[in-house]
Amino acid sequence: MTEGEGTAVRLRPPRNTLDGRAVGWWRTQWLLLTAAPVVPLVVLGALIAPARFWLLLPAAVLAAAGTATAVLLPLWWFRTHRWEITEEAVYVRTGYFRQEWRIAPMSRIQTVDTVRGPLEQLFRLATVTVTTASAKGAVRIEGLDHEVAADLARRLTRITRDTPGDAT
Amino acid sequence: MSTAAPPADWHRLDPRTVLVTALVVAGVVAGAAVPTTLGLAGWLGLPAAVLWVLAAAVLVIGAAAGADRVRWHRTRYRIGPERVDLHTGLLIVKRRSLARGRIRTVDLTANPMLRLLGLVTVRIGTGEQGSESTLELDPVTRAEGERLRRVLLERAVTAPAGVHREGELAVLDPRWIRYAPVSFVAPMLGGAAAGAVLQVSDWVGARADVIAWIGDRFRETPLLWTIVALVLAALVSGVVGALGLWIEMWWNYRLEREPGGTLRVRRGLFTSRSISVEEARLRGVDLVEPLGVRLFGAARLDAVTTGLAKDHEARNADHNTLLPAAPRKRADVVAADVLREAVAPTGAALTPHPRAARGRRLRWALAAALGPVLLLALLGALLTPVLLWIALGCAAVAVPVAVVLALDAYRGLGHALSGRYLVTRSGTVRRSTAALERAGVIGWTVKQSVFQRRAGLLSVTATTAAGGGAYTAYDADASEGLTFAAEAVPGLLEPFLERGAPSSGP
Repeated sequence: MTEGEGTAVRLRPPRNTLDGRAVGWWRTQWLLLTAAPVVPLVVLGALIAPARFWLLLPAAVLAAAGTATAVLLPLWWFRTHRWEITEEAVYVRTGYFRQEWRIAPMSRIQTVDTVRGPLEQLFRLATVTVTTASAKGAVRIEGLDHEVAADLARRLTRITRDTPGDAT
Repeated sequence: MSTAAPPADWHRLDPRTVLVTALVVAGVVAGAAVPTTLGLAGWLGLPAAVLWVLAAAVLVIGAAAGADRVRWHRTRYRIGPERVDLHTGLLIVKRRSLARGRIRTVDLTANPMLRLLGLVTVRIGTGEQGSESTLELDPVTRAEGERLRRVLLERAVTAPAGVHREGELAVLDPRWIRYAPVSFVAPMLGGAAAGAVLQVSDWVGARADVIAWIGDRFRETPLLWTIVALVLAALVSGVVGALGLWIEMWWNYRLEREPGGTLRVRRGLFTSRSISVEEARLRGVDLVEPLGVRLFGAARLDAVTTGLAKDHEARNADHNTLLPAAPRKRADVVAADVLREAVAPTGAALTPHPRAARGRRLRWALAAALGPVLLLALLGALLTPVLLWIALGCAAVAVPVAVVLALDAYRGLGHALSGRYLVTRSGTVRRSTAALERAGVIGWTVKQSVFQRRAGLLSVTATTAAGGGAYTAYDADASEGLTFAAEAVPGLLEPFLERGAPSSGP
């Protein structure tokens, strides 16, 4: 190819991080996820005296593990999730163990969806999903500030409307 | 029966549809009637059972024919200057309308019954997702079907004229039938045949007799040979079935290019099929080599097109096949003809992937082979030594097979740029060499697991609106794979790349 041996080519990280509130949003999700098994265990432990120890022990372990994860992991996720919009393309990076970079050119974008779940609304966040004509090429940006997301969706929609062709 | 004649530009389906439906339902009913009668005979006595079943059969056939008569009465279609409309529905009137400019495929199918009556089923598709975008005219006369096909696919000639020949691109060579028995169809049909024998004998209550009869045949033979003989018998019937199926599917096969830029595949002995692919929708070809076929140096050619084989009716795998399993050279020539290229991109020399990719494949293969063996050995150690021997036998068979497949999978890996196309190849049981038009790439996905990162590998996926939606170069060298993607579609990936000093990991 054109590159000589010894020049390493890498994908650079996208410019923007998510909104800082995404950390809180992820933490809340994890805590709720942890609460789902812990709360029933605690309630049962309170009611059933003979089995109390064997109910409260796993509850305590789960609660400790879940809380630790909720405190630490989102900080890390915040560093790994990045996004960028240029004049030509949408560029997103996610994951660490299976790192994934997705690039969708502006000219091929078909739809732009903004979704705000109940928790996201609480944190004033939104998820933007950009789809292309490929069944496997959708690009999702989770945890954006809702105003940034709305702005982004408007901008992307305008650009795609101005692009001729059926984007296949 | 007083039917207000439809306005002049509205057409009806062929009224013989009622006859066809009645005959088809009669066939199904006859098939179901035999086991039902036999079942009831033990309970009611034979004459009573026959009478009951006959009465039910007449009722069912009559109802089906009546329903179809109503459907015929309520169905009409119109080919307007801008749109194609279809009004149909048994109880609720369904109105469907397609813009003519969006129509991409017009496929004609005729099963033996329809062919006998000179009828065809026409399926008009826009190539968008979901069955909402397909109109089905079932049935019209063959002449009307051909007329619709011509009228709806006729366009201004947009394809570069004179670059490549029009007319016939490939016809069936009967010698290709030698690849039919080595396909995966043969063992599947063999198993199905064995299952069918047991099922039918169960209906007539003779399953035990059949098994006893087989047992008698082999009374003097050791168990091992009995199993070998039975498997051979199933395989032979599978091979016969595969040959028959091949003849039914591919008889009269022709691949043609029609004026106006449409590729047309016609084939079928009993059920004739005509599949048209608009070349403007063609984004490349996929040269598929299933293991058995590949051992004999043959390959199949599939079209990679946007908007094909997405609705339920068209999902069967052969819908986008341009060429059945044929000698590899022939497949490459047809690929070049189809793509209007001088040299087939599927035959291009590919960049091999780093040796680390081979190590990964060997590890996966050994894990897959040894996992069950270890489980068996563990159980054997705990329970009975017999299992240890079985584990040993499994390991002796599975490990070499896994290693050979892994090495073959590594050899198959490759990617390249060839003219207007990017080519990726992968797979061992089903090796696929996909040539995708670079202008048809509508995005990139790059994936790298922790293990890949340590080995300096990554997987580059070109997403596209056509075919499978994504074509991947697995485990390419990290730098080289990104350079490949950047060159394939100039300007798209380039702004996100950074070039640095030689690095060995993060």
